[in-house]
Amino acid sequence: MKTLPVSKAVFGTAVVIFLMAPLFAILPLAFTDSIFLNYPIPGFSFRWFHELFTANAWRWSILNSLVIGCGTTILATVLGTIAALGLRGNSASLFFSFFRTAFLLPMVVPAVVLGVGMQLMFAQYGLANTYVGVIIAHTVIAIPFVVVNVTAALQGIDRRLENAAASLGASPAVVLQQVTLPLAMPGIVSGAVFAFATSLDEVVLTLFVAGPNQRTVARQMFSTIRENISPAIAAAAFLFIVGTVVIAGLVLLAQKKTQRA
Amino acid sequence: MSDAFIHFDKVSKAFGIVTVVDNLDLSIGRGEFVSMLGPSGSGKTTLLMMLAGFENPTSGAISVGGKRVDALPPHKRNMGVVFQNYALFPHMSVADNVAFPLKMRGASRSEIVERVTKALDMVQLSAFHERKPIQLSGGQQQRVALARALVFEPEVVLMDEPLGALDKKLREQMQMDIRDIHHRLGLTIVFVTHDQTEALTMSDRIAIFNHGKIEQIGRPSEIYDRPKTQFVAEFIGETNLLGGKVASSSNGVLNVILDGGQPISVASATTQEPGKHVKVSVRPERIELDSPGDGQNELKVRVTDIVYHGDHLQVLVDSGHRSFVVKATRKAVAPQVGQEIIASFSPEQCWIVS
Repeated sequence: MKTLPVSKAVFGTAVVIFLMAPLFAILPLAFTDSIFLNYPIPGFSFRWFHELFTANAWRWSILNSLVIGCGTTILATVLGTIAALGLRGNSASLFFSFFRTAFLLPMVVPAVVLGVGMQLMFAQYGLANTYVGVIIAHTVIAIPFVVVNVTAALQGIDRRLENAAASLGASPAVVLQQVTLPLAMPGIVSGAVFAFATSLDEVVLTLFVAGPNQRTVARQMFSTIRENISPAIAAAAFLFIVGTVVIAGLVLLAQKKTQRA
Repeated sequence: MSDAFIHFDKVSKAFGIVTVVDNLDLSIGRGEFVSMLGPSGSGKTTLLMMLAGFENPTSGAISVGGKRVDALPPHKRNMGVVFQNYALFPHMSVADNVAFPLKMRGASRSEIVERVTKALDMVQLSAFHERKPIQLSGGQQQRVALARALVFEPEVVLMDEPLGALDKKLREQMQMDIRDIHHRLGLTIVFVTHDQTEALTMSDRIAIFNHGKIEQIGRPSEIYDRPKTQFVAEFIGETNLLGGKVASSSNGVLNVILDGGQPISVASATTQEPGKHVKVSVRPERIELDSPGDGQNELKVRVTDIVYHGDHLQVLVDSGHRSFVVKATRKAVAPQVGQEIIASFSPEQCWIVS
């Protein structure tokens, strides 16, 4: 049994390296001063970050990602929270288990299938190539994350707190606003963060439903690597990773808050 | 009861096929302290939840002060509820918790401050306004819950095993506090508990629940000294049940031949058919050992075991036909195991249970 921890450590490290290697491969290239996306790096420079924030295509894509990400976050968080509240309790009923599954389906349905469907449908309603269309598309796949997180937070709330509030004179709307939502807030925040992250790195649906005006950072990286392999991709990737780490930190913080409550 | 303040009229509650409260009638007077006592699943908590409005009765009517309330949502019933787990809002300070019902009623800021201060003074927590509930001990949290349930001066306060999570010392202190508050404010309190001592010490009346029905309701002394049924006799306190057959009955005294053949007399308000099988209940502390008096029932017994309890001895004795328990006061000479002894009790200290 003594050797087990050693083999565990070796295997664990190997898996981590396997998972992280692509990241470590791309990150140093963000600081290259060469115009080629390859090693060795001749010298250190911030020129590609500069490029990212000055070249029109990149600037627009960053702006688009933020607009679409915020729109998706708001829409998905509101709808997902309402869904989670509606699906609370009554776990045995068939009706509820059907909807509970339905809300999680976008997680497993292949994005290409969704994308094709959306493209056809959006064209019909004039949503193709619009910001609203992209936000709706991203919201569809972001909602499950909100539903899962908020549902978990709601399960942690003692119903007697809401009963107590009602007995003290709070109408159902006030109970929701003063007790349920504040107590579920860590879960709602986690859900919102996941929704934003989902929108940020979504490519497939964006390819189907977005027009040239709704090019997001992820979409821009995708086309850049095919058209002109520029180290700006590495710089964008670097920003992505920094953003992800910050977001993961936020989620951890929110979850810690849940545990304390 | 004609001056019923809270009235349950043929109230039933079923969850699916399980009937939890069964066609129950109960009247509670204004200012009365009524405990609902019973084993878990006997329907006492469900009845309380229906009174609070968290559950709807399947059938029947509930009225408070002459008005039907069973269709009203909880927030319109104006009742203070204290829960076993305190149910304090963890995201609010102690003061905000207590202020909550006042805010719901649109009280002014100055009035809220004044009444919250008064309520927290009453439960001796003046120094804890800004604390979060999690920073308080269990007893302190329960006192905050009490202050919160009383601060808006409801006429009815419902308590669902409020002291169940506290240790013994604290529980006894809180029992005194609640009794005191009940007397001072003239509240009507409906108190659910499974602790018989709590029910006996605090209540004006006790309702004993079993299988969704009330087995017996009455003053604590009636419940303890004159339980009507075997269930009540065994649920409240300890008892010895002696089986026997009625031989004759006259002038409120039944002559019963116990299954072992010994004749005893039992005071009884009702007459029984001779030859009928009955159960006689005798409390362990009502039995005297080795000090027979006039007109006492006397049984020859042998001491089989003695358990030391500090302030008293629990003596197990055997009459040859059955064994029973005696709670003996401490005397200079203690009985010995194996000793032949006379156990006696007066006809007034035993009674027939159904």
